[in-house]
Amino acid sequence: MFHVKKGIFVKLKHLAPSAALLAVGALTLSACGGASATGEDVSGEGDSGLAGTITGIGASSQKAAMDAWTADFVSANSGVTVNYSPDGSGAGREQFLGGNAQFAGSDAHLDEDEAEAAKEVCGPEGAFEFPVYVSPIAVAFNLEGVDSLNLSPETIAKIFKGEISNWNDEAIKADNPDAELPDLPITAVHRADDSGTTENFVEYLKEAAGDLWDAEVDGNFPKEYGGEAAQGTDGVVQTVSDTEGAIGYADASAVGSLGQAKVKVGEDFVELSPEAAAKVVDASPKVEGRSEGDLAFDLARDTTESGAYPIVLVSYHVVCSTYQDQNTVDLIKAWEKFVVSEEGQQSAAKSAGSAPLSPELRGQIETVIDSIKVAG
Amino acid sequence: MPTSTQTTATGPAAGAPGPALGPDVHGTKPKAVIRPGDRIFSAATLIAGILILAILAGVALFLLAQSKETIDAQISDPSAITGGSGFFAYVWPLVIGTLVSSAIALVVATPFALGIALFTTHMAPRRLAPALGYVIDLLAAIPSVVYGLWGIALAGNLTGFYIWLAKWFGWIPIFAPGADGSVSNTGRTLLTASLVLSIMILPIITSLTREIFLQTPRLQEEAALALGATRWEMIRMSVLPFGKSGIASATMLGLGRALGETMAVAMILSPGMLTASLLVSGNQTIASEIAQNFPEAAGLRLSELISIGLVLFVITLLVNMAARAIVAKTSVKGS
Repeated sequence: MFHVKKGIFVKLKHLAPSAALLAVGALTLSACGGASATGEDVSGEGDSGLAGTITGIGASSQKAAMDAWTADFVSANSGVTVNYSPDGSGAGREQFLGGNAQFAGSDAHLDEDEAEAAKEVCGPEGAFEFPVYVSPIAVAFNLEGVDSLNLSPETIAKIFKGEISNWNDEAIKADNPDAELPDLPITAVHRADDSGTTENFVEYLKEAAGDLWDAEVDGNFPKEYGGEAAQGTDGVVQTVSDTEGAIGYADASAVGSLGQAKVKVGEDFVELSPEAAAKVVDASPKVEGRSEGDLAFDLARDTTESGAYPIVLVSYHVVCSTYQDQNTVDLIKAWEKFVVSEEGQQSAAKSAGSAPLSPELRGQIETVIDSIKVAG
Repeated sequence: MPTSTQTTATGPAAGAPGPALGPDVHGTKPKAVIRPGDRIFSAATLIAGILILAILAGVALFLLAQSKETIDAQISDPSAITGGSGFFAYVWPLVIGTLVSSAIALVVATPFALGIALFTTHMAPRRLAPALGYVIDLLAAIPSVVYGLWGIALAGNLTGFYIWLAKWFGWIPIFAPGADGSVSNTGRTLLTASLVLSIMILPIITSLTREIFLQTPRLQEEAALALGATRWEMIRMSVLPFGKSGIASATMLGLGRALGETMAVAMILSPGMLTASLLVSGNQTIASEIAQNFPEAAGLRLSELISIGLVLFVITLLVNMAARAIVAKTSVKGS
C-alpha cells in the first residue's frame, strides 16, 4: 500500500505544483480511509533514521502476529530489516542464550537456569522478558441445537481424560440446566503435534482442576488419556467441525462458527473475549526472584477474578538488558516499543486474533524497554 | 564376458583358412581401440555410481551424528527420552505402526495393481489401454497433501463401514471395537490411513508391472493360445511367470513409498498409543511422528526425532535388500 502511494507521489513531484497539491489532497483523503493511518505520517517524515537488521528466533505461535508487526514496522522504518524464524520456543531461547539472536519469542518464560545463563550474554542484569502476545484458547464444541455451554475446569478435565463420555452426563447437565443435551458420545479432539496451545491448555487443567489432571504439563498431549488427535490448529478445528458431538481446544481466532464454551472462574462462567483474556495476565503475579525488568508472569490459571478468562497462551519476547552498541539498542527499543504499542497490539489482534495487552501492562513494559542500554 | 570368449574361440578358426589375414587380426586384437567418448562415458558412470553411494553414506553419517545425543541419553539416563522409559520403548510402537500400515497398503494395492496392469496389457480394447495408462500415471502425480485432504474427507464417510466391521468381525483383534464398545467417531484410524496409502502406491506398482507384462515374449503367449489355453490360462502360464521378478521389485518399490509416506498419514491419522484394533484411534508411524513434532523440537527431542529417522532409514534399507534378494532368487527360477 505505502509503496504504491509513495511511487505515485515521487512521480507527481516532477509535475506542476498544482498537480502535486492535488495529489497530496488525494493522499490525505485515502490515508484517512486507510486501515492504519498513522503509518503514513511516519513514512512521510522520511523515516526514523534507523538502519540495520534485527534477528529473532522463536515461537511459531507468534508467526502471524510477527508478520503483521514486521510489515508495519518496516514500512515505517525502511532502513530496518526484521528477520524472525519461527523455529519453536525452545530453539528460540537456546539461540538467544547462545548469542545468535537479538531477541527470542517464547511461549514460556525463561526458567531459573536460563535466566542465570542470560547474564553471560546480556550483562549483569540478564535478560528482560515481557508478554507481547496473548492468545485466548477456545474450548470449541460441535453440538446441534446447543449454542451456549458452561463447563467447569473439572468437567473439561474429565472430558479430555475420557471419564465423561456422553453429552447427557450429570456433571455437564448440572452446569447447563437450560440446555437440551443430547444422548451422544463425546469425541474429545486434541493436538497431535507438539504445541504451545496444548501446553497452556493442560497447564490450565492441571492448575484449575486440581488432582484430576495427573499427567505432566508438556507440549504433547498425554497419550495415555486417549481421544482423537489432529495435526495443527486447523486439523483440530476441522475434525471438530466434521464430527457431531466433538469438543476440542484451539486458538480462538481459528474456531470460526463453532460454539465456544464458557469456562467457570470463581462462581461465574466467563465467555471468551480479548478483554477477559488480557485480564488474566493483569491478575497474575510476577515470577519471584527476577530482576526489576523481568516481566515474567506466573499465570494465575486458577484465578477467581471475575471476568478473567484463564485459558490463554502468553507468548513473550526475550531481549537483553544491554547490547554492545548504540545502534542495536536503538533498533531493539524502537522495535519492541512498536510491538507493545497500541497500534502494534491492534495490528496483531486483527491479523492473528490475539488479545491486545491492557494499557497498564503496556506502560510497565515500555518502562522496561526504556531501560535497555549499551553495555559497559 | 561370453562374447569375448566367443571371439577368442572363433579367432584362430577364422584365421586358419586365410593365413595372410592371420597376423593382421592377431596384431590388432590386444590393442582395443579406446575413443575419448568411451573414456568420458565410463568416467561419467563411475562418478554417478560413486556419488549415489557418497550421498547415501552422507545421509547415514548425518543421521548417526545427530542421533549421538539420544544414544548418550539412552546410556546415561533413559528416563529423559520421550515416554520416560528409554529409546526402544519409544520407538517400537512407531516401528509396528509403520510396518502395519505399509503391509495393509501393500496387501490392498498389489492385487488391484496387477489386475489393472493385466487389463491394460492383455484384456482392454486397443484404444482404451493407453488412456487407462495415462490415468493411472496421473494418480502418481497427485501431491500427497492432496491425498491427505481427500483422506480426511474420506475418513468421516468410513465410520459407518467401521461400525459394521466391528459388529460382524469384532472377534478378529484388528477389527475389535474400543473398550466402551464403540469405534472411532471421526474414522481417522490407521486403517483409513493405510487405505489412502494403498491408493498412493497403486500407480507405482501398476505402471511398473504394466511395463513388465508388455515385455512378455509374444511367441510364448501365442503358443499358449494356439495350444488351446484360455486367456486366463495364457496369463497364468506365460505372462505371470515371466513377470515374477518384476512384480516382486515393483511391490517392494511400492512398499518403500508406503514406509516413507509422511504428509498424508500425518494429516489423516489420529495418533495415540499402540492399539491392536485398527478401528479405534491410536497408533502412529515414524514419518508422521517426525513431521508432527519437528517444528517445535529442540535439543534432545530433535535428536530423538532424527534417531527414529535413522531407524526408518535402516528399515527401508532392509526392505530394499530383501527386495533385491527376492528378485535375484525369482529371476533365476523364472528364466
